[in-house]
Amino acid sequence: MATRRRVAREFQAPPLSRADVEALSARHNEPDWLRAQRLAAWDLYESLPMPTTQDEAWRRTDYRHINWDSAGHLPTISANGGAHFEDIPAGSREPLLGEQQGTTLAFVNDHLVYHESAPVLREQGVIVTDLRTAVREHGDLVRQHLMTHAVTPDIDKFAALNAALWTHGVFIYVPRGVQAALPAHSIFYTTQTAATLGHILVVLEEGAQIDYLHESLSPTLDADASFIGAIELIVGVGANLRFVNLQDWGHHMFEFSHQRARVADDGQLDWVTGQMGGKLIKAFMEIDLDGKGSWGRMSALYFPSDQQFMDLDTQQNHNAPYTTSDLLFKGVLKDASRTVWQGMIKALPGAQKTDGFQANRNMIMSDKARADSIPGLEIEANDVRCTHASATGKIEEELIFYLMARGIPRDEAEKLIVDGFFVPVLDRIPFESVRDRMMAYVERKLLGES
Amino acid sequence: MGAALEIRNLHVSVEGQPILKGVNLVVKQGEIHALMGPNGSGKSTLANTLMGHPAYEVTGGQMIFDGVDMAELGTDERSRMGLFLAFQYPVAVPGVTVANFLRNALNARRKVDNPEDKGVPIPQFRKMMIEKMDLLQMDHSFGGRYLNEGFSGGEKKRAEILQMAMLQPKIAIMDETDSGLDIDALRIVSEGVAKLSSEDLGVLVITHYQRILNHIRPQYVHIMMDGQIVESGGPDLALHLEEQGYDWLREKQANGDA
Repeated sequence: MATRRRVAREFQAPPLSRADVEALSARHNEPDWLRAQRLAAWDLYESLPMPTTQDEAWRRTDYRHINWDSAGHLPTISANGGAHFEDIPAGSREPLLGEQQGTTLAFVNDHLVYHESAPVLREQGVIVTDLRTAVREHGDLVRQHLMTHAVTPDIDKFAALNAALWTHGVFIYVPRGVQAALPAHSIFYTTQTAATLGHILVVLEEGAQIDYLHESLSPTLDADASFIGAIELIVGVGANLRFVNLQDWGHHMFEFSHQRARVADDGQLDWVTGQMGGKLIKAFMEIDLDGKGSWGRMSALYFPSDQQFMDLDTQQNHNAPYTTSDLLFKGVLKDASRTVWQGMIKALPGAQKTDGFQANRNMIMSDKARADSIPGLEIEANDVRCTHASATGKIEEELIFYLMARGIPRDEAEKLIVDGFFVPVLDRIPFESVRDRMMAYVERKLLGES
Repeated sequence: MGAALEIRNLHVSVEGQPILKGVNLVVKQGEIHALMGPNGSGKSTLANTLMGHPAYEVTGGQMIFDGVDMAELGTDERSRMGLFLAFQYPVAVPGVTVANFLRNALNARRKVDNPEDKGVPIPQFRKMMIEKMDLLQMDHSFGGRYLNEGFSGGEKKRAEILQMAMLQPKIAIMDETDSGLDIDALRIVSEGVAKLSSEDLGVLVITHYQRILNHIRPQYVHIMMDGQIVESGGPDLALHLEEQGYDWLREKQANGDA
């Protein structure tokens, strides 16, 4: 090239190829159906454009600064990827739920490094395993649900990419009428400046019940990495899923993920997410209340600092009558961080007697931080109650003064106020130990340890 | 010798507007003072300034507490030294229970004495809190409620006195603690304060009305007008004010100025 001029950067795709898909599928001796599914998704991927800030859902999220040279390659391949359970910091390795732990699955990069399961769950017929093993041992079940009706490859380019190249994943299956005796816990941990594509598939048959906690973690590395994720939650008739998802990536991580739940008649989903880390997070979280009388609750606490950017895009779809959804997203922003919450409640024409609610509250601790809050309603049924509330403001000086007037130093006063602000979300976390860990994250953020 | 709060020729402005124009007052441990005066005379400004509210700018004079000039002290340090302000309008602290808040406040004090302190043991704390709640005729479930959130006027004021009882200050300033209270609530609150009164506690009661002074009996009464204390006297002064209003003082001021 004769001249090299600096031009406006484009929204570029990672340097991945069809050959990567073929190699991945071959390396794991995947069945034909899966190989075909991956390749079809790849074709779709190639036909789709990269999202740009011209797209409504991406209007506020410019990821052009991602360096795909590091973030766009699959993790290095070796016998076990050089990955060990011990790579994960001891504090995170400990069974988060202590004695009541049912299953722990831990991945480092794309490798399963640890899998322990309580016998009682096996006796109950509950499957908690890595997705690759599930493909081998429970192929029909996986095939029936994997990217067929929750996160489908045609949603956008990132969904298609996950479908084509998912590198590792979790599969949870609870048979009909079974109340899992113990909760499940999984960890995605990364140590490479690379692209990992994690996939979580949870299937609850009629009347089934389980509690599930997932964590995404990494240290902060010196070059960009990406996580192209998908979470699919299939909640059957009268089933009950409580799902907690904690994200604490290092400040080098770009996450692009689609997370979607489908809830059948009288099913219940209680979904809590904590978002702490990452350089840029773009997560779509969606609940489809497909069945009459189904119930879905989505709660989040997020606490970005430094230059972190988080865009959480939620959707509550009322597709059936007598459905109830409730969303509460609360964020605290430090330093020059930025957040976007964009939430939509949709009610289809037949979704009478539905009740949809969404609330977003942001507390800003710095002049340089900014939170955008964009609620939305699309109601096509006439006998519904759908409401939203949103408020963003600075941490109140009068509150700090009041606490300091009782001898509490400013930093501790701020901590109390922030903790108190998060309490309504923390109260929705079903495990005390998880609440404690969440509060420890919050404290670490307040202390400025990123 | 007990601690004293000495206010010397204090001048304070809010947003560049002078409010206090040379206040002099000494409150010692074991003494009860009442500060009365019409609306806008500067009573609440004095209370907030003493506590170090950032919106109030000291433009002259001194505030000495327990022998220390408070000019450079933060609000939290003043509190830990033993100064207390019962707020006129206590703010709600969402998600923070009364008990959690009190424990944090107590522990902040202990940490100053000993940075390694692990905090007041929970059983000891609970025993103390229940004792003080009983003193103020408060339901024990109060400790589990979020501080001031959804509290009635009376509950807010009682929560303030509970905090005072727990923190055991040397000098307490009560900023219109009687405002917005019905007769029963007023009686409970002021009897609570009376029970806390001892030779270790000095109180400055800021009020519009004589009625709280029937329960908390001051030895000294001061009257503030236009940013200055214009009259000081014994308990009779409050009664006199109740009967005569402020006009006679205004006249006296006018004559004095002439």
